[in-house]
Amino acid sequence: MPVIKGVAYSLVHAPNILFHNGSTQAMERIKNPNSEYFPKLRNQLRSFDAAVGYAPNQAYIGNIALGDLKAIPRPWYDKSLEKASRFGKFGEIMPEDEFYGLIKIVDSFDLVILEAGFSADVKAKLEKHELIGDVNLARLGAGKDAAEIQKLVGAHTAEGLYIGDRLVGCVRQAHEVDETLSAHVMLENLVTKASSALVVLQLLRNSGINPTDVDYIIECSEEACGDMNQRGGGNFAKAIGEIAGLVNANGCDVRGFCAGPSHALLNAASLVKSGVFENVVVVGGGAVAKLGMNGKDQVAKNMPALEDVLGTFALLISKNDGVNPYIRMDVIGKHNIGTGASPQQVMKALVVDPLTKLGRKITDIDCYSVEMQNPELTEPAGAGNVPEANYKMIAALAVMAGEIGRPDIPAFGEKHGLPGFAPTQGHIPSGVPVLGYVREQMLAGKINSMMMVGKGSLFLGRMTNLFDGLSLVIEKNPGVQEEGPQLNKETVRQMVAEALRDLAQGLK
Amino acid sequence: MAILAGKQVIIVGDRDGIPGPAIAECATSAGAEIAFATTECFV
Repeated sequence: MPVIKGVAYSLVHAPNILFHNGSTQAMERIKNPNSEYFPKLRNQLRSFDAAVGYAPNQAYIGNIALGDLKAIPRPWYDKSLEKASRFGKFGEIMPEDEFYGLIKIVDSFDLVILEAGFSADVKAKLEKHELIGDVNLARLGAGKDAAEIQKLVGAHTAEGLYIGDRLVGCVRQAHEVDETLSAHVMLENLVTKASSALVVLQLLRNSGINPTDVDYIIECSEEACGDMNQRGGGNFAKAIGEIAGLVNANGCDVRGFCAGPSHALLNAASLVKSGVFENVVVVGGGAVAKLGMNGKDQVAKNMPALEDVLGTFALLISKNDGVNPYIRMDVIGKHNIGTGASPQQVMKALVVDPLTKLGRKITDIDCYSVEMQNPELTEPAGAGNVPEANYKMIAALAVMAGEIGRPDIPAFGEKHGLPGFAPTQGHIPSGVPVLGYVREQMLAGKINSMMMVGKGSLFLGRMTNLFDGLSLVIEKNPGVQEEGPQLNKETVRQMVAEALRDLAQGLK
Repeated sequence: MAILAGKQVIIVGDRDGIPGPAIAECATSAGAEIAFATTECFV
């Protein structure tokens, strides 16, 4: 049985990357460069302290429990938590200036240039960071003159890195004509790499695993790294592991739009279950493009631009230790190619079918983790409360199965659901952000079972109209299992099948 | 559902709500002609 042996969750506050590089802003800049949106957006970007004090962000890094978040009346953005902290038990909220330093540290091709004075300031801050060792710190370098950076950005061969109006650095293009190595793409990819490296370092600390004991890394972010001859050639996984010192690990990238983490987790658990590897890291880094995705609607409603953080997570999937929650490998819910598109068919495939196979009811699962987007980010844009909509759909199936009555639908969400709290970073909210909280609850004996449901919008890639979904059941560990074969129904079935096969071979 | 009979319809579905193909199936069964159907992701 593969277990979730460690977790890490971090955010990076990135209001200036939002302003200059988020896809909503980038498109507006092309279509309407003098748009009134930009000065309004500039005024409604949050300070670092405001982002740290934001209750959903504190829940993400583990400083408040999801149950406690639910008890805080909305809106959350107009109040700051009193005991908010940059650091939490799952990870941290890194400020943008330090993150620029980290982008420089993870840059293997001298594409990132930081202004000398800024670089020195950042170095002084990162020296105090417990996870940035001397080797990585040395990669910061001395920095260069502002004029050189200005020249590159002015020539459109580099993307600027800003703190407010101050140009403090840039990311250069890696090729003159190859669009897959343009400055914009390199910025996106280096942000993914840097934020992933940060959260893997946090995972190593949180789990206590020796970096040399990690066998394999599965990376499941949103970007593709490659060149014009292989746009998604890869791979982020080894590039991240190199920074984190996972010298004995190999790795690969897994994609599936927002369902990427579910597929990555299934692959990691399968590698551990099969005995191929003992320790597999699953990591997802931040997505630049989605920063400020619903910014126009938030700004129009005089709200802060709340989509100002990059989301990251990392999980350590290991062989059974008899302690940590385990991932059931005998029942995997999956949206098949032939499943169909109606909500009923989709949820039946993802929720009902695997539970039926287990002989369980929908209400037998203590907790469902669905698309956990923070509703405060999506409601202003008319996308509604996404987790709530998913819980209603699961509850409706329970009504159809006669497990609960129609009036019990809201109560189902209250009992089996959790509040949306994750930033709209696509893959980040998709089932996976709840695992840290649930793991703790299972270790404390407060939850026995959960189902993680990840969904992905494959149709956005314009290759198919299909969408995607994958669900996993995770349970409290019953304790160390006996070594050696056990005589159960499955073992007997296999033994009988083998005997019959041998008999058939003998009759040939 | 007679209101859709003989009409051309444009469908924008929602991944976390009702996807386009599901709406299209309903509209077709009600006698509509699907001019365009898509599903969008709003998250």
